[in-house]
Amino acid sequence: MLNKNIYLILIISLVFAISFWIGFNVNLLPAEASINAPIYDELFKILFIIGLIIFIGITIAVIYSLFKFRKRNDQIGDGIALEGNLSLEIVWTVIPSIIVLLIGLYSYNIYDRMGGMKELNHNHEMMSSSTEKIWAGISQTSDNEIAVNNLSIEVSAMQFAFLFNYPKGNFISGELHVPVDQKVSMKMESKDVIHAFWVPEFRIKQDIIPGQPTILNFTPTKVGKYPIICAELCGPYHGGMRASIIVEEESDYNEWFNKNKKPEVNL
Amino acid sequence: MTISIDPQKTNNESLQPKGWLRYFSFSLDHKVIGIQYLVCGFLFYLIGGTLASAIRIELASPMSDFMPRDVYNQVLTLHGTIMIFLWIVPVVNGAFGNYLIPFYVGARDMAFPRLNAVAFWLIPPSGLMLVASYFVEGAAQAGWTAYPPLSITTPQSGQIIWILSVLLLGGSSIFGGINFIATIIKLRRPGLKLMQLPMYCWAMLGTSLLVVLSTPVLAGTLILLSFDIIANTGFFNPVLGGNVVVYQHLFWFYSHPAVYIMVLPAFGLVSEILPVHARKPLFGYTTMVFSIMGIVVLGLVVWAHHMFTSGTPPWMRLFFTIATAFIAVPTGIKFFNWVATLWGGKISINSAMLFSCGFIINFVFGGITGVALAQVPFDIHVHDTYFVVAHFHYIVYGGTVFIIFSSIYHWFPKVTGKMLNEKLGILHFIITFIGFNLCFAPQHWLGLNGMPRRVAEYDPQFQFVNQISSLGALLMAISTIPFLINVFLSLRNGKDAGDNPWNALTPEWLTSSPPPVENWEGESPLVEEPYGYGEEISAQK
Repeated sequence: MLNKNIYLILIISLVFAISFWIGFNVNLLPAEASINAPIYDELFKILFIIGLIIFIGITIAVIYSLFKFRKRNDQIGDGIALEGNLSLEIVWTVIPSIIVLLIGLYSYNIYDRMGGMKELNHNHEMMSSSTEKIWAGISQTSDNEIAVNNLSIEVSAMQFAFLFNYPKGNFISGELHVPVDQKVSMKMESKDVIHAFWVPEFRIKQDIIPGQPTILNFTPTKVGKYPIICAELCGPYHGGMRASIIVEEESDYNEWFNKNKKPEVNL
Repeated sequence: MTISIDPQKTNNESLQPKGWLRYFSFSLDHKVIGIQYLVCGFLFYLIGGTLASAIRIELASPMSDFMPRDVYNQVLTLHGTIMIFLWIVPVVNGAFGNYLIPFYVGARDMAFPRLNAVAFWLIPPSGLMLVASYFVEGAAQAGWTAYPPLSITTPQSGQIIWILSVLLLGGSSIFGGINFIATIIKLRRPGLKLMQLPMYCWAMLGTSLLVVLSTPVLAGTLILLSFDIIANTGFFNPVLGGNVVVYQHLFWFYSHPAVYIMVLPAFGLVSEILPVHARKPLFGYTTMVFSIMGIVVLGLVVWAHHMFTSGTPPWMRLFFTIATAFIAVPTGIKFFNWVATLWGGKISINSAMLFSCGFIINFVFGGITGVALAQVPFDIHVHDTYFVVAHFHYIVYGGTVFIIFSSIYHWFPKVTGKMLNEKLGILHFIITFIGFNLCFAPQHWLGLNGMPRRVAEYDPQFQFVNQISSLGALLMAISTIPFLINVFLSLRNGKDAGDNPWNALTPEWLTSSPPPVENWEGESPLVEEPYGYGEEISAQK
């Protein structure tokens, strides 16, 4: 009996060790290029490890049972008449409940740190639509107002392109340029069907909905060019609906901004 | 000629064709209807599988080069719709439900045999209509979710035929659900208590409640959508002041429970199969019943987790995270109970057992990614990507379809009186299991790294992993061959099964194989312990 328990403890610790090792050493995610990305990856790692422990554990239990308790050729008759075990069943109700509750609280914390639980605001005080109801999105990562007001960008999506309007510079671009390490606030609306704005390296996504503006705020942390991908089926060319986000040093960004800037026209 | 002809009898015995022909007739026999559902569903599975192969051929290369882009969208829409509404839902509910439930409650037929036949005969025409819509003006191409405004702006005839077809299939499903509830509650033989019913009855009771509560919502939604398309109303059309997010709420109010409509019956079936082949009682009967009902209740309040990146405010995202994650608890209980059912058994390693164990492993994997997806911050990155595609195929294919095959191996001897070939069955399992995991496991990585779903083209960096996935799909297609050979060979020259080849205790085995029209020659047996396997430990030595 003692021997059996030692084996059991050994196997369980091995499952934990393997799961932790894989969780910490196998990277399944793309590069981290926004403030949200490392927060997301932290949640991913925890869920990955817990998932591995459960999956490997149950798989071992099933395969072990198939070998250990298989019916040998000379055997007749049945297995043991075990109809249940209340304390065991309570254990595997209570423990998963606690795990699920803890995961839920933890992901609330993660979502809050991503800015998801903040009031949905959008820094567009210069514009007439500032009182408009914002339906959904991810808000700023902190309560501070957006430092540079020309980082309020209006995104419009249509079959099959994204357009980025820089109201401060009075121009529209097909590429999204943003300076590194600064908060960007986007208000998004669709001209036709539902689209979505997704940058895998930023770990953010928000649908762009006709008739309901949504917002998406983020802070890029790494200079580079990343794909903007439409993630909601929007028609035959959905797979080709791409744009680029170019994260650059502030000086480069300002240069680009001033080059494209147009004088304000009063109609 | 006598005047007092019993119309029921006339219909059943004199006018009904015998032999193979009865499967093509408006039969009222629940066993015939069950087989009609199964074979019809399997034919649509072959069509849906062909469409899946077309998708995987297109995705074997990064460019959109195998078929035109709009045809690709039609193919993925038809693939999803056919697999859900014409294969999985009709088979796990209609086919096995019809065949088994009357046996399990000790009845000679379902509560409403004519309604039952109508429910089945709605399926072939609506399925054919759906497939034929491709040849009219192109099939629907807005995905199986048919989100407006895309579904309003794509070619109308395909979308309208799609709506009509899904409405008929939904009607069929509701008729079936009412029939199952009535049969389980009212047609139990005297002396049979609810808590003595085999687990599949409980699963079907829960499933049927979900069907009856949620399918009408889908029907209403699709009728409004069709008004938007043909009569220019503005329920969901933003141009006319409609709200596209309301459609999503209404759609998922049905379509999330639809997931449980597809997996709860599978939970029931595996609970019948494991105890027989492990020679042990089903572990924790009472907790199994309560966890089914828990899933039914929770399953109705989790729909918005399909909309975490849509027009949903923060509080809503949070509520549906918690509600969804908690479904893992009753579901987890069931998996622990099945593993405990295996533990200490005398397990026959046969095709039915292998497919059931494959189901446990695949479904646990899909369940774990499901709990992760339930977390809003996690979902925001992978929503609408191949991660989600991988997740739900682990649930519906790795889960439910594995159980459909397991059930076919388990009940084939009862239905036909012949055994299936075990060697071919095990070969079928091995190819399916490897092919399935090869096809869908890599897709998790694709989704995490930036490949959205429903695309005909992708970045070249994803080509290698997509080709692995396509190779898996090829194996899955090949795996059907040994299965079909097995079924046809065994029907002709299979070993005689006898009445009860597995020494099972549930009532369908306590009659001849195949069973007579009235199910039992005499009174229906009273089975108080459907899982009374096993020997007391002291008596075993």
